[in-house]
Amino acid sequence: MAAVEAAWSDLRALVGAEHMRAAMLEDAVDGVLPQMIIEPGNPEEVARALKIATGAGLQVIPRGGATKMDWGNPPRSGALILSTRRLDRIVEHAWGDMTATVGAGCTFQQLQQTLAEHGQRLALDPLWPDQATIGGILATNDSGPLRIRFGSLRDLIIGITLALPDGTLAKSGGKVVKNVAGYDLPKLATGSLGTLGIITQAIFRLHPVPRETRTLTFSTSDSGTMNALVLAIQDCNMVPTGVQVRAGSSSTPEVDLRFEGTTAGCDAQIEQTLRIASGARRIESPAEVWNARSELWSGAEPSVVCKFTLLPADLGTFLNSIRKASESLHWPWRLVAQAVGVGYLRIESAGKDTGALLSILQDLRKKLETRGGSLVILRCPLEIKSKTDVWGSAGDALALMRNIKAQFDPTGVLNPGRFLGGI
Amino acid sequence: MEARILGQFRAIVGKGLIAEASELHTYECDGLTNLRVLPQAVLLPTSTGEVQAIVRICQREKIPFVARGSGTGLSGGALPVENGVVISLARMNRILEVDLPNARVVVEPGVINAEVTQRVAPHGYFFAPDPSSQSVCSIGGNVAENSGGAHCLKYGFTATHVMALEVVLPDASIVHLGSRALDRPGYDLPGIFVGSEGTLGIATKIVLRIVKKPAVIQTLLAAFNSTNEAGAAVSGIIGAGMLPAAIEMMDNLAIQAAEASVHAGYPNCGGLLLVELDGPAAEVEHLMDQVGEICTQCGAWEIRVAQSEAERAVVWKGRKAAFAAMGRISPNYIVQDGVIPRTALPKVLSEIERMSAAEGLRVANVFHAGDGNLHPLVLYDGRIPGQEERAMELSINILRLCVKCGGSITGEHGVGEEKKMMMSEMFAEPDLETMQLVRCAFDPQQLSNPGKVFPRTRLCAERTGPYQPHPLEVAGVAQFF
Repeated sequence: MAAVEAAWSDLRALVGAEHMRAAMLEDAVDGVLPQMIIEPGNPEEVARALKIATGAGLQVIPRGGATKMDWGNPPRSGALILSTRRLDRIVEHAWGDMTATVGAGCTFQQLQQTLAEHGQRLALDPLWPDQATIGGILATNDSGPLRIRFGSLRDLIIGITLALPDGTLAKSGGKVVKNVAGYDLPKLATGSLGTLGIITQAIFRLHPVPRETRTLTFSTSDSGTMNALVLAIQDCNMVPTGVQVRAGSSSTPEVDLRFEGTTAGCDAQIEQTLRIASGARRIESPAEVWNARSELWSGAEPSVVCKFTLLPADLGTFLNSIRKASESLHWPWRLVAQAVGVGYLRIESAGKDTGALLSILQDLRKKLETRGGSLVILRCPLEIKSKTDVWGSAGDALALMRNIKAQFDPTGVLNPGRFLGGI
Repeated sequence: MEARILGQFRAIVGKGLIAEASELHTYECDGLTNLRVLPQAVLLPTSTGEVQAIVRICQREKIPFVARGSGTGLSGGALPVENGVVISLARMNRILEVDLPNARVVVEPGVINAEVTQRVAPHGYFFAPDPSSQSVCSIGGNVAENSGGAHCLKYGFTATHVMALEVVLPDASIVHLGSRALDRPGYDLPGIFVGSEGTLGIATKIVLRIVKKPAVIQTLLAAFNSTNEAGAAVSGIIGAGMLPAAIEMMDNLAIQAAEASVHAGYPNCGGLLLVELDGPAAEVEHLMDQVGEICTQCGAWEIRVAQSEAERAVVWKGRKAAFAAMGRISPNYIVQDGVIPRTALPKVLSEIERMSAAEGLRVANVFHAGDGNLHPLVLYDGRIPGQEERAMELSINILRLCVKCGGSITGEHGVGEEKKMMMSEMFAEPDLETMQLVRCAFDPQQLSNPGKVFPRTRLCAERTGPYQPHPLEVAGVAQFF
């Protein structure tokens, strides 16, 4: 106990009393209430705070904008929330080189506004950009519809600074777009949910803000027609920056397409699309249609929201599976999927039998996993989390992942238990 | 090597075992020919099971192994290690599956890069990574090096196009990294494996993503009086918000060599720019006009646009042959692979010119100008005593210059054996130690391509549970960082 008390006092001395406070009920992570929250002011302080915590055996839960704290399994324990809030500096926008160096605590929106001053952007469309931080977006590997053209974070991040539990502050990658010197830790840290180290800074490659953007939407009669249209669009040589499917228990599938570029280029591609989609009915695109994904988090609670991945050609079949599974039970559901094979599904679970819900989720997961896909439960009642690994099955690489975790975080300080397979 | 072990290897691969010194010489180096080590034996497995059986013996007998594809690497990544064996994947060269609706191709590691595109081209697809050696280099080698090429400016590197891998780990277990679908839950293991230069295991099966061929491809060739003028045009193009499929630059010495070698019909100028745009026809035509205007404003005195496949092929032939063409103008040369932030180009080029004059050695420059990847070619005559050493020194100083300008020592050739000492100039000790945690997770015994990439090897400890000092540490003969 004395060691813990000493650690609290060391942490207070490190970050200053005004940046350390007792945790409150709303700081709990899946029912686990840490004791303290600290907000270090720079990467060095993050590293030193981690070293102090590790020395005293205090488990650390990293936090950015706190928009996705319910993702992952419940932590086994957590004594301290380490917030990256104060690491919000945009260190450099090298617009001539089309790169930017940014602190982990900077919100996506803040970064994007700064980049826009020179007509550039980070070509990514994460959830809740006004609150979500760069570090949190990286840790959860969140990406949206732009992915079809620009890839996801692993294709955009070129450098990283990580604070490790032993107090090491390590850089990997660099400030140039093309770089194969050493292991690619930026990719390893992306999507690792803060279990290997705390991201304090990241460097990205940027893209120009498009001159023109056009969206069009089609209504299709059923999943088969929808999937055929989506595949036909991907099989021709157009370059859409968004191909999205929206569907639900009470609506037929709709397909949104987005083109960016010159006016002439957009016009020509829209014309080509109308020829390809002659069998579908063009309808007016709903406002904010490219934010449709975030709307899955609003509605009656409790609910279940899952991320699923699949092969692009399997989307129609998967839609039918959901329909079939939910129909007999009259459970409302909605989904938003990107044509590259990443989607989000919401099932209204209020008053539903948890057992039946879990069995549906497990059945869908099994169908996806057999074909190389996955189903990750992002939001659900805690009861479901206690009965399944929200990430799904880990496959034969789990031992290797555990080895990696053991090397970076040998005493299990960071986010214990929240990641795949209890990592 | 002991006859007992050779016998065990022979039992696995039969005639795919090479142990005669005269035959082993073929494998003593890769594309970096000034470093040579004779391996104890070379094994040519034909299946994942055979690779696993070989690695199992290596693991049991503590024999280091080096995986090898086509041996075209330029950093000595496939250089054998003394007392070790080479595992050549050349006979695992089948394309196992083509899944067009999902744009996936499954290959064995020995498949040649260009063969993937050849297979899917009739359906309008291509495999995007295009290293200049693509007609001979293997996918397994591309995976090890995270190979790029002229078109990675727009399309990304090998890592972007590898979805999943079957890997034989150094402990001889078989694991599956990634999946055919995106975002497999868990750590991004394909992301860390691709580009690990053979130090984390051997890929035996690779799931690739293929890309739909663009509607139109146009290549513009512009002649400038100097590389500075050409560089200004590159800045203008990027500044105008365009993302060309490729932007390549060559200086006068490189042009002379390419002309002497393949007669690409390049204008004799101080700085030559190749700009390739692809995409929808209406867009490409509009933007190409703009590229032409920018080049003219920056001083281009000749501009040609190649429209047909045949014309494009000629334009690219000179560029892709540029390294080999150096043989026409110099008895020997060293290829380097530095990267700089693109805006540092004028400064770096004039500094290279100064360094070249001071050393009295010619330096030809060929580079992927869009992403700042320089390939300075230091020319020398190995018959003149001391010149090779001076050329080496100059090429290393050019890399130091790249690092000083905020760049990297390698953009696509890899660190390998050649540049491992340079890693300490680019990264601090804690950075390198942290990277090696990954090595310790995959290969604690350091059997897979040992001694490459890092200047010093980290001792791997089993550090699960409370920290316990390593016996070596207690004895005071080693220190953990």
